[in-house]
Amino acid sequence: MTDMRVTLAGVELKNPIVVASGTFGFGHEYAELFDLSELGGICVKGTTVSQRDGNPSPRIAETPSGILNAVGLQNPGVDAFCAEEVPFLRKFDTKIIANISGNTLEEYALLSEKVSAAGVDLIEVNISCPNVKAGGMAFGTDPRSAAAATDAVKRNAGKVPVMTKLSPNVTDITEIARAAESAGADALSLINTLLGMRIDVRTRRPIIRNNTGGLSGPAVLPVAVRMVWQVANAVKVPLLGMGGVASGADAAELMMAGASAVAVGTALFGDPYAAVRVRKELEEFCETNGVAAVRELTGAVRPW
Amino acid sequence: MNVYKCTLLSNTRLTESSHDLRVLAPEMKDARPGQFVHVKCEGFTLRRPISVCDFDGEILRLVVDRRGAGTDWLTSRAPMTVLDILGPLGRGFSADGNILVVGGGIGTPPLIYAAKSAASADAIVGFRTASAAMLLGDFSEVCGTVQIATDDGTLGAHGRVDTLLEKRLAEHKYDRVLACGPAPMLRACVRVCAGAGVPLEVSLEERMGCGVGACLVCAVKLKDGNGGTYMGRVCKDGPVFRAEEVCFDD
Ligand SMILES: Cc1cc2nc3c(=O)[nH]c(=O)nc-3n(C[C@H](O)[C@H](O)[C@H](O)COP(=O)(O)OP(=O)(O)OC[C@H]3O[C@@H](n4cnc5c(N)ncnc54)[C@H](O)[C@@H]3O)c2cc1C
Ligand SMILES: Cc1cc2nc3c(=O)[nH]c(=O)nc-3n(C[C@H](O)[C@H](O)[C@H](O)COP(=O)(O)O)c2cc1C
Ligand code: FES
Repeated sequence: MTDMRVTLAGVELKNPIVVASGTFGFGHEYAELFDLSELGGICVKGTTVSQRDGNPSPRIAETPSGILNAVGLQNPGVDAFCAEEVPFLRKFDTKIIANISGNTLEEYALLSEKVSAAGVDLIEVNISCPNVKAGGMAFGTDPRSAAAATDAVKRNAGKVPVMTKLSPNVTDITEIARAAESAGADALSLINTLLGMRIDVRTRRPIIRNNTGGLSGPAVLPVAVRMVWQVANAVKVPLLGMGGVASGADAAELMMAGASAVAVGTALFGDPYAAVRVRKELEEFCETNGVAAVRELTGAVRPW
Repeated sequence: MNVYKCTLLSNTRLTESSHDLRVLAPEMKDARPGQFVHVKCEGFTLRRPISVCDFDGEILRLVVDRRGAGTDWLTSRAPMTVLDILGPLGRGFSADGNILVVGGGIGTPPLIYAAKSAASADAIVGFRTASAAMLLGDFSEVCGTVQIATDDGTLGAHGRVDTLLEKRLAEHKYDRVLACGPAPMLRACVRVCAGAGVPLEVSLEERMGCGVGACLVCAVKLKDGNGGTYMGRVCKDGPVFRAEEVCFDD
């Protein structure tokens, strides 16, 4: 029996598989299919200070081995999240990872204060969502603003650890990673989606109404592995790796690159049980390969 | 709702581009008219949403039009292929009482199951041209009257279904109209039914991700009844909506 427990920013997860923000809602729908307690943690849909309608449809396009999405942070607002969703998720034996997105430092501070008071286990700071014209992108692509957002959240989070979620849409991700770490991030998560675009050549219209969207799914796995590896070599804090994970081997790959835990997102759309399956496959991988504790995989790559 | 491995029993061509698939799916026992299933197509990240055309407790009938690579794969499956199907999904039609079903093109299949489930039903169906017409025999079996319109006049009335609908509603009483088809057809149905004061339910289409209500990519703007709007999910809150709930303006 492999020891599947891992720690991420001081939070013990019963296994390293969590679900990625925005792909799992607040868990209600998937709870009809399986016991959410099977997951190491749940990164819930990104929340903002006020309720948001998001972008007009279509919000999704398929791509070779992936998808583009431009949901635009549709969510009921942080107060509804704290009042209704946190108590629901508390019923399960899994860690709740809030995902917050602000347009200003004051918003990040307020969101941090509210979700930590609501009793979440970890705060993921979305500084990288490429969809929202006024928000995300600016914080995630500049080291100073990434540090400032992390700092604003950290100062208001009390005892709740803070994990900054990095955008891959930058020239040097290690620069942003170091900035977030020095601003007090207890962990980093990566990668968010890669900005992309698809055009219907018959109508000459972008398929997504927002014109551009974020790329995710198997197509981005090698980018995620590379970035996790680079960031792991640049910082000391633990990493939550994600991007295109669809199998236990994919999860092992991200862990070997340096991740302490792994999130599954887009793969859920093809297989609603993907996260549970990835966990089982990872456990089998460990058993077959004589890995006594899954945490041994973290950073176990033997680079040339 | 769950994921089931279902054996394809038969695959028959209906028109130039559409196929009639019969799938052994006794597990779908709760499938209601207007609901849909999310079908895995090999080699694709996303499933493909397909309406329940009919269900008898054992055999699930899907009518699929070849539109792109995914439906191309699906319509070229040989019998005995095992399909990976997530369903039944969404909120279906109120298929009871005396109803009129109005369908356009590939929007017609779900209306078979709806008409069959109601106490009595009539149908108005529209197609591009005579060779694209499908399921006419099935509609005659489950409906009293079946009226047909084609855009080019090669079969039935020359023109659009809303012209037939307007006349029909002027002469006959129905508890409800159920409509499925392209957006312009649905908008016309909304106008005609509102004019005639007959309740209307419409089945909407939107590009989907999860299909179960979690990812919010299938958003549709809905009216909250107090002058405001909110975003609903076609996969979970629909695909069938009461016409007065839907903001058709954009
Ligand atoms: C609730 C619902 C019920 C449906 N019922 C039927 C049915 O009974 N029979 C039938 O033939 N078709 C039905 N459709 C439409 C069908 O889902 C699309 O034609 C199909 O997904 C196209 O896939 P593709 O790979 O062939 O085309 P592509 O254009 O290559 O598909 C690319 C992507 O866009 C999506 N997409 C493209 N067109 C549509 C569309 N019109 N609606 C939703 N997603 C789309 C695909 O799912 C895929 O993710 C239904 C759609 C919805 C939303
Ligand atoms: C539909 C959709 C919505 C998403 N919403 C959010 C979000 O609200 N906040 C966030 O930080 N990331 C969001 N993401 C990004 C994912 O959490 C994840 O970083 C990314 O999709 C890569 O992982 P994957 O390839 O496994 O999906 C979203 C992704 C998708 C596909
Ligand atoms: S397709 Fe995911 S919410 Fe509708």
